Amino acid sequence: MGNDRGRGRKRQDWFGGDGRSGNFSGSDGNGRDRSEGPGGRDRGPRDRRDNDRGRPQYRGRPQVEQTREVVLPGDLLAHGRSVGGPGTYTENGVVYAAQLGVRTFQEGKVSVLPLGGRYMPVEGDEVVGKVQDVNPNYWLVDINAPYPAPLHVDESPWQVPLGETARYLAQGDIVVVRVQTVDVVKRTKLTMKDGRGLRKLAGGMALEVSPSKVPRVIGKGGSMISMIKDMTRCMILVGQNGRVWIDGEPDMIVLAAEAITMIDRNAQQSGLTDTVEAFLENRTRRGR
Amino acid sequence: MEEVKLIREDGLRIDGRKLDELRPLKIEANVLHRADGSAYVEWGQNKVLAAVYGPRETHPRYAQKMDRGIVQCRYNMAPFSVTDRRRPGPDRRSVEISKVTAEAFERAVLTEKFPRASVDIYIEVLEANAGTRCAGITAAAVALADAGVPMRDLVASCAAGKVGGKIVVDLGKDEDNLGQADLPMAIMPRTGEIILLQMDGHLTAEELDKAMEMAMDACKRIGVVQREALTRRYSVRSGEAKEVDTEANGGGNDG
Repeated sequence: MGNDRGRGRKRQDWFGGDGRSGNFSGSDGNGRDRSEGPGGRDRGPRDRRDNDRGRPQYRGRPQVEQTREVVLPGDLLAHGRSVGGPGTYTENGVVYAAQLGVRTFQEGKVSVLPLGGRYMPVEGDEVVGKVQDVNPNYWLVDINAPYPAPLHVDESPWQVPLGETARYLAQGDIVVVRVQTVDVVKRTKLTMKDGRGLRKLAGGMALEVSPSKVPRVIGKGGSMISMIKDMTRCMILVGQNGRVWIDGEPDMIVLAAEAITMIDRNAQQSGLTDTVEAFLENRTRRGR
Repeated sequence: MEEVKLIREDGLRIDGRKLDELRPLKIEANVLHRADGSAYVEWGQNKVLAAVYGPRETHPRYAQKMDRGIVQCRYNMAPFSVTDRRRPGPDRRSVEISKVTAEAFERAVLTEKFPRASVDIYIEVLEANAGTRCAGITAAAVALADAGVPMRDLVASCAAGKVGGKIVVDLGKDEDNLGQADLPMAIMPRTGEIILLQMDGHLTAEELDKAMEMAMDACKRIGVVQREALTRRYSVRSGEAKEVDTEANGGGNDG
């Protein structure tokens, strides 16, 4: 991937799925989405990875807009036969909020969409990790979770001779990995196998957003992220753990980073895509 | 009898408060950038800052629990927080307060949701004027909620005590030093479950009941202020968006 660096015109586009349940693989096909995007600009040279196989499979984000009510821990959510979803706990058949967040109803469950909090690894999540430690047969990867996660050489896409792990991934390298398993005590195993886009990242810039804001950064059906990619001509990758990786022209990286920080900060606002678009339009026009 | 009249002729306290009146309380949530959650509390002349990190990997490793997370706390008083400079570093008193605070929050936080990890609370007392452990717990509870840590309920804390023969709530510095008893208490407001109760001094059984009842009531009032602080913080956010936006646009036009 190192050869991508600095080639600003090149546009690649894929990202880490949408929302909790999202799947990274859908992102490959995003090129198609974008061609219908604003302006429908030409795409320029494209990466091999960037072909059109696979349609994006965006599962709809929970509809937060309709019932946005901020709840605090201990707030009563529902009486009676209601079932509590994520972010809640039940005591004597009554559902209470366990976290600061927005009350939502999805799939017949009352749940709380957190407004903050740490990333908790979930099987199948594709995340952006940083190699923390190199061992003879595995790497320890920091995935922004409370627990560092091992990536075993057998789960890497390379044939790594014993003890030569450092030649493939060194400390500080940024990688896209998938959470393979999470057991009861949250021991997390990672893999880089059989996933499109699971790889080492080189160049570019990484930033962090709150993991709970990831669905917002991506937008409904990827609308937000593809808009930002379009306008900044950057390659952007959003991991479920809230790490974002951006590569493109230096100015544009900065701009994209600003836009994403803006989303992170104002995630509760409605009509955010338009706001961000206006912001980017304003700034790109000035640049010319 | 003490020389200082802690209860005045008119039945008010030395600082002019009624027996069940709290000192003015101001809470602000999310004040620190690098912490996962934070809060700042001004309570009378107390100024306390609380920061929360985690859930994160437990250090030291031996403290890890395989089946649940733990809550760790450090209560610290700044050297300049009291009139005579305090020698920096943990002492017997602050180690004790750290311990009881951590244990109180262990009950409130849903630790089973993050096995092996820990939530770390740091309470820094910037200015002390009696009742800092209660102020610290009150701040830490808001910081925990701000950090998105799963918990059963917020935690509110307030002291009651006996001053000049009367049971009063939220003791000030003079009342604490010269009074007959101090009874700090922390509760979960929804259920009224007591998760911290200490006592310094002497109270009869009846006085204890009265003091606990008054402290419970005071804690609930504090809980209301905590809730306000959090809701304010999280509704301001949508207003803030506009600010940021105009700023950005303004910047664009300048260039």
